[in-house]
Amino acid sequence: MTLTANKIALSEKYTELFHAHRSMLDAGSSSLLNRMRDIAIKRFEKTGIPGFKNENYKYTNLERVFDKDYRHILEYEQVDVDLNEAFRCDVPQLDTHVVLLVNGWYYAKNQPLQNLPKGVVVGSLKQVANEQPELVQEYLNRQAALSDDPIVALNTAFAQDGFFMHVPDHVVFEKPVQVINIMRSQDAIFATQRNLIVVGKNSQAKVIFCDHTMSSRDFLTNNVTEVFVGQDAVVDIYTVQNQNNQANSVNSSFFKQEANSNLLSSVATLHGGLIRNNLKVEMAGEHAEANLYGMSFTDKKQHVDNFTNIEHAQPNCLSNQVYKYVLDEDSVGAFAGRIHVVRDAQKTNAFQRNNNVLLTDSAKMNTKPQLIIDADDVKCSHGATIGQIDEEALFYLRARGIGEADARMMLMNAFAHEVVQNIRVEPLRDRIDELVEKRLRGELAYCHSCDRH
Amino acid sequence: MLTIKNLRVAIEGKEILKGINLEIKAGEVHAIMGPNGSGKSTLGNVLAGKEEYEILDGEIWYEGEDLLELSAEDRARKGLFLGFQYPVEIPGVPMVNFIKTSVNEHRKFKGLEPLTAGEFLKLMREKKELVHLDSQLTNRSVNEGFSGGEKKKNEIFQMAMLEPKLAILDETDSGLDIDALRIVSDGVNALKHPERSTIVITHYQRLLEYIVPDCVHVLYQGKIVKSAGKELALELEEKGYDWLKTHSL
Amino acid sequence: MEEQDKILQEVTSQEYKFGFVSDFESDSIPKGLNEDVIRTISAKKNEPEFMLQFRLDAYRKWLKMPIPDWAYLKIPPIDFQDIIYYSAPKKKPQYESLDEVDPDLIETFNKLGIPLEEQKVLAGVAVDAVIDSVSVKTTFKETLAEKGVIFCSFSEAVKEHPDLVKKYLGMSVPTSDNFFAALNSAVFSDGSFCYIPKGVRCPMELSTYFRINAAGTGQFERTLIVAEDDSYVSYLEGCTAPMRDENQLHAAVVEIIAMDRAEVKYSTVQNWYPGNKEGKGGVYNFVTKRGICRGESSKISWTQVETGSAITWKYPSVIMMGDNSVGEFNSVAVTNNHQQADTGTKMIHIGKNTKSTIVSKGISAGLSDNSYRGLVKVLPGAVNSRNFSQCDSLLLGSTCGAHTFPYIEVGNKSSIVEHEATTSKIGEDQIFYCNQRGISTEDAIGMIVNGYAKEVLNKLPMEFAVEAQKLLAISLEGSVG
Repeated sequence: MTLTANKIALSEKYTELFHAHRSMLDAGSSSLLNRMRDIAIKRFEKTGIPGFKNENYKYTNLERVFDKDYRHILEYEQVDVDLNEAFRCDVPQLDTHVVLLVNGWYYAKNQPLQNLPKGVVVGSLKQVANEQPELVQEYLNRQAALSDDPIVALNTAFAQDGFFMHVPDHVVFEKPVQVINIMRSQDAIFATQRNLIVVGKNSQAKVIFCDHTMSSRDFLTNNVTEVFVGQDAVVDIYTVQNQNNQANSVNSSFFKQEANSNLLSSVATLHGGLIRNNLKVEMAGEHAEANLYGMSFTDKKQHVDNFTNIEHAQPNCLSNQVYKYVLDEDSVGAFAGRIHVVRDAQKTNAFQRNNNVLLTDSAKMNTKPQLIIDADDVKCSHGATIGQIDEEALFYLRARGIGEADARMMLMNAFAHEVVQNIRVEPLRDRIDELVEKRLRGELAYCHSCDRH
Repeated sequence: MLTIKNLRVAIEGKEILKGINLEIKAGEVHAIMGPNGSGKSTLGNVLAGKEEYEILDGEIWYEGEDLLELSAEDRARKGLFLGFQYPVEIPGVPMVNFIKTSVNEHRKFKGLEPLTAGEFLKLMREKKELVHLDSQLTNRSVNEGFSGGEKKKNEIFQMAMLEPKLAILDETDSGLDIDALRIVSDGVNALKHPERSTIVITHYQRLLEYIVPDCVHVLYQGKIVKSAGKELALELEEKGYDWLKTHSL
Repeated sequence: MEEQDKILQEVTSQEYKFGFVSDFESDSIPKGLNEDVIRTISAKKNEPEFMLQFRLDAYRKWLKMPIPDWAYLKIPPIDFQDIIYYSAPKKKPQYESLDEVDPDLIETFNKLGIPLEEQKVLAGVAVDAVIDSVSVKTTFKETLAEKGVIFCSFSEAVKEHPDLVKKYLGMSVPTSDNFFAALNSAVFSDGSFCYIPKGVRCPMELSTYFRINAAGTGQFERTLIVAEDDSYVSYLEGCTAPMRDENQLHAAVVEIIAMDRAEVKYSTVQNWYPGNKEGKGGVYNFVTKRGICRGESSKISWTQVETGSAITWKYPSVIMMGDNSVGEFNSVAVTNNHQQADTGTKMIHIGKNTKSTIVSKGISAGLSDNSYRGLVKVLPGAVNSRNFSQCDSLLLGSTCGAHTFPYIEVGNKSSIVEHEATTSKIGEDQIFYCNQRGISTEDAIGMIVNGYAKEVLNKLPMEFAVEAQKLLAISLEGSVG
């Protein structure tokens, strides 16, 4: 009974916060953002912060992290980040357009990006929604509003700013955009970030999100990203999660793919506290292809949960998911992947694999792959394994004179590399390979200028 | 026995056979040769009644009946046998049960009693020897885990069990080494009979050294561009299919 | 293509063959459920006080429980006050020969193709036939008695062996386990009890045929199997039900306890009335089956062929407490027309070096939905444990659904868990290959489906395997030609 009471109290804390600061949320925000708040907060109220009883959050109890006291960042705050020093989160040879977001807000000192292809807009969601609402109107909340996840609804209710990118039709935007999300504060803070990426017909674009912390406090980020992949478009979204171990986040990404489009999403989770990544893909046109990869390396009391939901709404599409976890010490991993093939989505190919290695007896892995198939002419499969590295392979390497520690490292690198190798930006691939190797060696795999974890 | 008149066939809107005419009399062996993609396998599959093909035009008469009116299984029961180029695997279904069902379906169609277990085993033993089929294979699931050669032998074994009137052998020689080729051909020749006809579909002349045809047809771009005696096969071998390109124009 | 769809449709539109109502008198109490009804049931059965308390305890817990809603099923509302919770044949028969048995009952078995006479002769199978929840006939009892095996109706066990019942009842499935188990615990009418003493290998397959009969009567069986150290038993359960218009609720409980090195094999062929082609009628089958491997190196295996029922909700499970114990689950589930099945297993690894395997073959046709739901849980102490799961789904036609919901939870580094699942349709090229050899499409489908399910069918005892093959054929073939 007390649990239920707590749960209600906890959820009320957030609705009360919303109502108390409604004018602050609305102030300076486009009506495009403000008009969706009321429905969203009602939607949130219906479920509240999900606990264990919620089937979708069975293996991740958010009450624990939402229950802490945070200062809520409800307006832009000047936080000094030295751009030059800050990144340096630099990846050698990786030539990117860099934009910085601090505590969920587009950093005011970002320099305007030079040499963007014609028609490409990169900037602050808040600003673009105010100044060029026609770029936002048809896309904002079109996917997220369909979600029944209360945390997504909470984001919609509080959303003010975030990253925005628009690539018009027939533009090949070669140079990746690197979005560096920084959390920096001397007190515990809660940030809401809302991103929107629209890639037009027959266009190409790549975005790299790097999540970092620059102070070691308790953080909670509620992040929602909507991505629209136009017909014949090719979109790569890479995410590197590398935060301090008290930094918790719920990251919900929505992808809508039109016909013949090609999507690649790859998420590498290296350091952090409790991290939940929701990923929804809607195959809304025929012959679309989605490749979704994830890798997670955890230790201490880290908790990482990847929750995917691929909806094959049209025939002749292909989806392929590979998620790998290496769990050390007392860390806990979770994976839930759902493939839903709707009636008449014939000739669907949908594959999913989740492989996990537990390194200690106190680490835990929970996996829940699901197939929901309502069409018959399909090829669908999923596989999940939880175990150790292959002892026979280990023996083989040792028999060739390689020391056990090195042999283990080699095999674990190989295990992770199957995911890493799919990254289509070479310098980034090399960088992640290097970070993974460091991570596996037990070294901190932070980038140079990040604060200690 | 078999008369094909102006047969035009398409699959997924693409015309593969563009007016085939063919006449096969009882006891004859005909070879159909041609380069890849010329429509050889399509012809075999259409004769056996595979459904995904669209018949645009033409007639097929088999033993005085309109073949196109018959279901695939009735064609089989009336003695039309297709030796598949790529025999499919059917997991969990033992070869023995499969062939027994098949034989008894054929017998039922002819108004005969099913074979007793003893009769069936005897027949199977006899026919297995004919193609030197490993006894173990009949205990396995249909075509599952068979090597390429074993699959082809298995097709000829089934043909021997069913004693068809018209056998169509689709690329039965592909993937066979010389010994297997001889065994398969011996099997085919052993079944030769004045009442039975055979269509041998092949890419190479090699098989025709073992199974001597009465007539060779060259299929090219969906049409029979040349028909002649067995010497045509040698000519083709010598000059290659490129020769057809100039020849057929 | 179209032709194929047509045949598929015809083939899968086979009507239930075992539909009939046998007509013999029942002794029923009025509809509805309350503590008085439970007291009446207990009194009618002359039960000792501990049984009444067990029932009342379960009932009180049940009142507080919600009906589970997590399965991939659309369950119409069930009015639990509109059910008769007790009915028994009026004449309490004590037959020595079949001549004394109610002729209607003999007729019923004849229609099913399993006359008792033949059953008696059949490969030494003892038959404990349960009709309308009360045991009517037990055979081979004397042979079993010689070995010290107890195999009797549950009511009889309560009278003759109250200590054993008291000791083991509720050990695998506590009254509070779930909504339907609690309901069963409160109102169960009868069932089977089986006790294999230390070191005894039960000399014959034990089997029970269940039937639902008197109209509007829910069926609440309870089976309890106890295998002492170093014993072995193979238990068969098969059922088929008469055709009805109104839905019938079936909430059975099966409990198995295996001590050191004991092995229990439990096989089921389930063919309750699935409802008609329009989805009207049919049995709601909510079953709780669970075994505990209490002893070291013990083994419990569940094998099931599920073809019937309008709704199936069933997860035969094994809790592997003893070190080196083994759990197995082998399942074929066929759904057709409007049937819905959500079935699977739970494998809970507690002891060291425990092993479990799961093989599930789902076959969906018509407008049905067929789901596999399974949990594999390896606790931190269950070091060096292994699980392998293979869950395949076969779809016949484009209007049915096949779903897979595995849950895998592992809490130590030395265990290995592997899960694989595939979904595919029946191969057109396989059907054509059969056609080309003179085999009709209908026979080809039967053949391919049986081949697909073979791995599981092979686990059934011989006499059941034959019946199961027929059932698969009946479920999917028949009406063509």
